[in-house]
Amino acid sequence: MKTRKRKNRLPALAQAGPVSVWMVLFVTVPMLFIIYISFMTRGTFGGVEYKFSTASYQTLLNVMYFKVIAKSFKVAAFTTVLCLILGYPFAYYIARKPPEKAGKLIMLIMIPFWTNSLMRLNAWMLLFQTKGPVNNLLLALGLISAPKTFIYTDWLVTLGLITSMLPFAILPMYSSIEKLQKSMLEASADLGAPPAKTFWRVTLPLTFPGIFSAIILTFIPALGIYTVTDMLGGGKVLYIGNIIKNQFGVIRNWPLGAVCSCCCWPSPRFSSSSTPGFPRSRTWR
Amino acid sequence: MGVLADSIVSLRHVEKWFGENHVVKDMNLEIRQGEFLTLLGPSGCGKTTTLRMIAGFEDVTSGTIEVQGENVQTKEPYQRDVNTVFQNYSLFPHMTVFDNVAYGPTIRKVPKDEIKKRVTEMLSLVQMTGYEKRKPDALSGGQKQRVAIARALINNPRVLLLDEPLGALDLKLRKQMQVELKRLQKKLGITFVYVTHDQEEAMTMSDRIAVMRDGVIEQLGNPMDIYQHPDTRFVADFIGESNLFDGVVKFVMGNQLAILTPSGMITAVGEGFEAGEEISVSIRPEYLSVSREPGDGYELLAHIKDFIYMGTVVKTSLELENGQEIKYSRFDPDESLHEGDEVFVHWDPLKSVAIHTQKAVTPV
Repeated sequence: MKTRKRKNRLPALAQAGPVSVWMVLFVTVPMLFIIYISFMTRGTFGGVEYKFSTASYQTLLNVMYFKVIAKSFKVAAFTTVLCLILGYPFAYYIARKPPEKAGKLIMLIMIPFWTNSLMRLNAWMLLFQTKGPVNNLLLALGLISAPKTFIYTDWLVTLGLITSMLPFAILPMYSSIEKLQKSMLEASADLGAPPAKTFWRVTLPLTFPGIFSAIILTFIPALGIYTVTDMLGGGKVLYIGNIIKNQFGVIRNWPLGAVCSCCCWPSPRFSSSSTPGFPRSRTWR
Repeated sequence: MGVLADSIVSLRHVEKWFGENHVVKDMNLEIRQGEFLTLLGPSGCGKTTTLRMIAGFEDVTSGTIEVQGENVQTKEPYQRDVNTVFQNYSLFPHMTVFDNVAYGPTIRKVPKDEIKKRVTEMLSLVQMTGYEKRKPDALSGGQKQRVAIARALINNPRVLLLDEPLGALDLKLRKQMQVELKRLQKKLGITFVYVTHDQEEAMTMSDRIAVMRDGVIEQLGNPMDIYQHPDTRFVADFIGESNLFDGVVKFVMGNQLAILTPSGMITAVGEGFEAGEEISVSIRPEYLSVSREPGDGYELLAHIKDFIYMGTVVKTSLELENGQEIKYSRFDPDESLHEGDEVFVHWDPLKSVAIHTQKAVTPV
């Protein structure tokens, strides 16, 4: 009995070993380093002076930062919810197609993502400029009387975030819905449930692992991505991602950047700690 | 054929096409109130499709299906008074046993305490009391099937449809469940329509069996009828074991037939045959006799090929002179017989069944 236990344990350790080393090296160590830096002092000419200080945290108490962080979370959450609402029906539609057709539809989602994301964002900029096609069209249709300002607004940022994140929401939900056995839906119908009830009681709970992954895969990038907010938001709207980028890059106030990073942590930490142990994350059959 | 007074499900001229495939062909079937009817046939014979059409999961291409005299054509599965037990159980993995069984009444908004009472009742009926809080994943195949049965029966269906429900169970459990299912059906008096490819299972449980092949019911009758008087060569071959001889009728004397087959001249009993007609003769292995000396009737010379000791019976393979292999079985091993021995095979013509080779399939 004892030897057996040992025999089983060794391969398990061998399997987990490289992953653990990887996680420690590329996740835990950098995170600890960020925390460490956040308690240091800003160097006079940028960089870090290794002297303990909570100055950066005090800076963060400024209402402005709170507002930015709150707004960033709000926009990321809004983006995530919209991605789910838009993505789920689409994922469902694809998953119910025969495999070869589904493959083609998935390709259609993926093709735009072979284009550089900056190019795509520029395209949005062009479309929504004050004298751009969208304004011209609305004017021509008589829906507006004067050109509207679209660029550098929160809602264009949200649109940019949604279009950037949608595939990451669709793919995990697709794989989850595809695994949902048709006989589950038949059993539900057989027991007297109309389609809407079947959806709420069977389809949605059984595809929840996919929805959960979709939330993780859209919310976290939506919070941190700064290219979208930089370009579509211009300098006008500030998001936490931009602040972190600026503190590290332009302003070179690393400790403050690290503090801001720490503020975003609840989400990635939540994802990395809960995904492996998430009780429903495995596939059902 | 008129509508039977006690008919609960009627299939009339039901056709089903899947693209180019004609899966069910002009099927007519009256299922009686309270009976255990089995659709039996090899895979691809259309039995499951027939069941799924009754449940509403498949549309009929043409023809009508009536449940209690009401055409269910336009009814969705969730509107039909039938319930299904699926081959793969299809229990909801995210719900406990209790919630699975309670699913139907919950959907119909039955009061909570009433649901609790009914679920408890159902679980005790299928001997699953105490498993309420388990998830399906923590159950064995047999237990899952019991829960699936309880989940269907709690809805008081007019008809319970069972699609090879025991297919995934091991032999011993399957035999036990067969008996339990049959008892349950008798006790509740609910009509069971059962689909299986296992002829032994069909024989064990059914009041009537519909033997299907290529989308057509070849024979409908009680198990004894089907075993002893197969209408077609296929039925004779599919139900139990059978030795089949194809040949031409040489003489007819009353109901006595003499048939010339490639294996030799044999006799059989049957009505409505003419000299010169091509027929098949079926004789069950247990009705054969084997002796070392020739008798005084027709007999065939054979060599003993091998013995298979099955416990209850000894199955013997015999090879006739023309190479045809026939099966012979008896309860006690005959010590005087050895592999390679030359023996004479004969049988009581009354025990053989003469079958028209070109049997027109008549609507039931």
